[in-house]
Amino acid sequence: MRAFTYTQATDASAALHAALQNPEAKYIGGGTNLVDLMREEVERPNEVIDINALPFSQIEVLPDGGVRLGALARNSHTANHPLVRQRYPVLAQAMLSAASPQLRNLATNAGNLLQRTRCYYFYDTTAPCNKRQPGSGCAAIHGVNRIHAILGTSEQCIATHPSDMAVALAALEAVVQVQGANGTRRIAMEEFHRLPGDHPEQDTTLGRDELITSIDLPALPSTANSLYFKVRERPSFAFALVSVAAVLELEGEQIKNVRLALGGVAHKPWRARTAEEALLGKPATAENFRQAAEAELQTAIAYEHNAFKIELAKRTIVRALLTLAERQLLA
Amino acid sequence: MSFSIDQILRGDIPRVERPPAADPSLVPVRLRVNGQDHDLQLEPRVSLLDALREFIGLTGTKKGCNQGACGACTVLVEGERVNSCLTFAIMHQGKDITTIEGLGTPDALHPLQAAFIEHDGYQCGYCTPGQICSAVAMLKEVEHGDASHVTSDLMATDVQLTDEEIRERMSGNVCRCGAYLGIVDSIRAVYEQQKGQ
Ligand SMILES: Cc1cc2nc3c(=O)[nH]c(=O)nc-3n(C[C@H](O)[C@H](O)[C@H](O)COP(=O)(O)OP(=O)(O)OC[C@H]3O[C@@H](n4cnc5c(N)ncnc54)[C@H](O)[C@@H]3O)c2cc1C
Ligand code: SF4
Ligand code: FES
Ligand code: FES
Repeated sequence: MRAFTYTQATDASAALHAALQNPEAKYIGGGTNLVDLMREEVERPNEVIDINALPFSQIEVLPDGGVRLGALARNSHTANHPLVRQRYPVLAQAMLSAASPQLRNLATNAGNLLQRTRCYYFYDTTAPCNKRQPGSGCAAIHGVNRIHAILGTSEQCIATHPSDMAVALAALEAVVQVQGANGTRRIAMEEFHRLPGDHPEQDTTLGRDELITSIDLPALPSTANSLYFKVRERPSFAFALVSVAAVLELEGEQIKNVRLALGGVAHKPWRARTAEEALLGKPATAENFRQAAEAELQTAIAYEHNAFKIELAKRTIVRALLTLAERQLLA
Repeated sequence: MSFSIDQILRGDIPRVERPPAADPSLVPVRLRVNGQDHDLQLEPRVSLLDALREFIGLTGTKKGCNQGACGACTVLVEGERVNSCLTFAIMHQGKDITTIEGLGTPDALHPLQAAFIEHDGYQCGYCTPGQICSAVAMLKEVEHGDASHVTSDLMATDVQLTDEEIRERMSGNVCRCGAYLGIVDSIRAVYEQQKGQ
């Protein structure tokens, strides 16, 4: 690991100031991703700015009825907060399915969104990787690509975003609150992570020095139901092969409201707009769910080892929606 | 011995033996481990795990993967379980850190240590300090009503600690020897013992 200087920021302006002064500096939250990547020399900051003393750990109700999740609140505390358990089961489930209890106790909400891909070649500093070293090529396209993306890929990069939390936040239409040198701004979850295109080195639209201060959740209709369904190689402590975050609201048997986001399939949480549009106003049946899933995956492209993800994604969508529909029809 | 100002400005003064300059990469770090303060000189890149083992000499905490995947390095910070390999020591000043050495001693075992012995909760023992620190915090989480991925009713704060729950909640601790049956037995025994009290 490259040696670095350690700066402890006591407030947001001190943190921003330090980051603006030194383009090689990095903020640290829990460190569970950054320390790992620094040890592998994938990340090589010469200064680490500790932001843990900043007052961004609160979880509170917003005036509009939504809930604010502080950027520095730990994943474990967030998932177990009564407001999250009661109002946003999809988020609690996604977060509880991620990593391990020990990691969730360290991991912060902002750090979770900014965690980097688990593509093996991104971690392997001897392999070409456009995300790690722009212009060097992509070892995954013709390499081992079982865990890679099937939607929204580019010739430059086929990596997936590994966060479970982010998938739930996409379905909940969360808003990321950011503070930078020029003040504050809000980034809709759908605009926060990027598709790789020609710049896979940029995971998000966040500026280099910008600080995430909170993640705001809009209120959900009280009649909506939500869940997170994660498929992985083993039933615990593993990243998703495919996951689905779903929010469903029925009126009788008709779909009044539906939101779907997929994990493990793209460079960002994949908001399944095509499927949503196909479902609005239709009866909540397995057949309609299947058709919507087919429509969503129409543009999917398989690589040598990940073709299974296309069918898996369709079935996971159907399973998630059926579970929610049955729950509501029984209630 | 005295020098003119010219001599001083020219640097033309005899060298005096000085102790070697302090390594500028080292910074003072004070850690409170098992109730005792330790004043260390560390590089900021030293992990909490390496500080405990290599600088304080508390080798009970183990290094397995050094990347967050095995749980051998689990310690308690302010009573919460964390992977000491993925965090820098310098970030934990002023906090109460507890390692396996602080939980019990050979003549005064922690109930979980005693249970691991009684129920064959280990074979080689390498993962055991991490398993035990993890289990201590896990039982507190259960008491607090925390949910897990297998808790069917997210709203219930009265957790039924089934074997399935124990396994899910302990999945951050891997055992190469596969002593899982004994580990689950040990934890269940202490849980029932505590519940009975
Ligand atoms: C073995 C293992 C298994 C895992 N399994 C899963 C899994 O199944 N699902 C899953 O979703 N995740 C998983 N994770 C990832 C884990 O969730 C992330 O590492 C964690 O959420 C990152 O949070 P952190 O606070 O530790 O981030 P850090 O490592 O501290 O930071 C990550 C990045 O965010 C930046 N940053 C942090 N806070 C801010 C802020 N407020 N503003 C701006 N920038 C900031 C840092 O500069 C850094 O670039 C796993 C991790 C490990 C090690
Ligand atoms: S898929 Fe992306 S992260 Fe992986 S090797 Fe290719 S460019 Fe790098
Ligand atoms: S050594 Fe820390 S988790 Fe393996
Ligand atoms: S007892 Fe050997 S690794 Fe667990």
